[in-house]
Amino acid sequence: MSTQNTNADVLLQIDNLESYYGPIMAIRGVSLKVHEGQIVTVLGANGAGKTTLLKTISGVMDPEKGTVKMQGEEIQSLEPDAIVRRGIVHVPEGREIFPLMTVAENIAMGAYTRKDRSTISVDEDMVYSYFPILKDRRTQRAGTLSGGQQQMLAIGRGLMSNPKLMLLDEPSLGLSPLLTQEIFEIIVRLNKEQKVTMMLVEQNAKVALDAADYGYVMELGRIVMNDQADVLAASKDIQEFYLGVSQDENQRGQRRWKQRKTWR
Amino acid sequence: MDFLQLIISGLANGCVYGLIALGFVLIYKATEAVNFAQGDFMMLGAFVCIGFTNHEYMGLDFWVAVPLSILVMGVFGYLFNWGILRHMFGQSQTSIVILTIAMGFIIRFFAGFFWSHEPTSLETPFAGQDIRSGGLVLGIDEVMIVVVTAILTLLFYLFFSRSRIGLAMQAASQNQLAAYYMGIPVKRIHSLVWGLSGMVAAVAGILFASKGAIDPSTGLLGIKAFAAAAIGGFGSLPGALLGGLIIGLVEPLASRYGPPGVSQIAPYAILLLILIFRPGGIFSQTQRKKV
Repeated sequence: MSTQNTNADVLLQIDNLESYYGPIMAIRGVSLKVHEGQIVTVLGANGAGKTTLLKTISGVMDPEKGTVKMQGEEIQSLEPDAIVRRGIVHVPEGREIFPLMTVAENIAMGAYTRKDRSTISVDEDMVYSYFPILKDRRTQRAGTLSGGQQQMLAIGRGLMSNPKLMLLDEPSLGLSPLLTQEIFEIIVRLNKEQKVTMMLVEQNAKVALDAADYGYVMELGRIVMNDQADVLAASKDIQEFYLGVSQDENQRGQRRWKQRKTWR
Repeated sequence: MDFLQLIISGLANGCVYGLIALGFVLIYKATEAVNFAQGDFMMLGAFVCIGFTNHEYMGLDFWVAVPLSILVMGVFGYLFNWGILRHMFGQSQTSIVILTIAMGFIIRFFAGFFWSHEPTSLETPFAGQDIRSGGLVLGIDEVMIVVVTAILTLLFYLFFSRSRIGLAMQAASQNQLAAYYMGIPVKRIHSLVWGLSGMVAAVAGILFASKGAIDPSTGLLGIKAFAAAAIGGFGSLPGALLGGLIIGLVEPLASRYGPPGVSQIAPYAILLLILIFRPGGIFSQTQRKKV
């Protein structure tokens, strides 16, 4: 069995989480674990509940049932700022930057929960060393950056809170394949060099599984599969439904492009 | 000379409008609510200061009373959001608008009940003095208004561009969700913005009451300040001040040189023209999100 089942060095543990948008149940009893130092990816189609899961962890949404434990302590009822102070930062989908503030001000806002000026400026240099383009643009308004640069800014800003766990929501959204690759290389480097544990939500299963150690597959608010990333990448279902590798053709000689398998 | 004098008194009036408009814009930018009681906040600030200063009430020293009343109004704004408005979170804009209008009525009644329904003046140490140079006679109160507004503008600029809280207020108004994600306590920031606009209202009220008499219904000139905020581009702080100055200047000039009655409609005529030809206001700050 996988290492995911041991309880040593669990950073984040979620048990039977249920979240609603009004009357609509978006998360239907999700349990998962993120170990320290890992990159864990959550795959799934549109509307599977991936973003809701991250929002519930970061405290922007409150769960109806279930627990979220960070280093053994329950955090599901805390306000978002208290959760950031515990070392979880959410890098949202669609690069939610502060458009009218400069790049440098955006980055400074990432360190809002911290007071120690000297270590903040060390981390600023660290962020600029990973994203040199941001250093060139530091006095520019963030809203005028390109999409890829905005994504870099969002990640860099997230790093400024000195997180133990970074929740990355669709970092590849709207980016060219080349930029996606560049961003993911930096994500892997941050994980290795800065020891930031990553929880990565993606629709682009190929890049996500390449980068990740462990993967969960979500569908309609439930976890339907989980395994080591390389095992998942090799599994037939994942190959067919998420990686687009075509399987045998059926009796009529047509590709099964229409039938989507669900696990319910 | 006549013209110059009109300009100065127009500027002084405009500064008061501008400061009330600033209160509108602060709250609108941060919380996307419009505080229709902003003019009444101004009036209340004036009466609080009158209550501290004037000899028939507490008779404190003017320079003690001013910071004290600014503080009182700051706390009032903070508590108004913390105690009432925050619980309306998620309700429709209309209910918030109606709540603030109702609040205006309550404040008006309250001020009339505790102080007076009669026009009252603030007793200032510089009342009635003026500066004469050449043929120009300037009331020291009018000069004071312009100077205080200029200083306040500078302070605001420094606060929003340098201080941690000021930057966080900007951040929360530009992208509330992202502000949450960065660990900015958005709800407390909203209350602080309300406190800040209460303080600005107090300054505007003190300036207004030191220049002339104030009575509880004066708060209704908040409507004019609302027009000022819209002219400047609702959502721009410099725009609010500029809009206030424009309205302040147009009024005396229109009443001096225009046919009778024009001065009353001039501010709204300008508002109409701006809305037709530049709907976003002079400093429109609309920005589309990149995908």
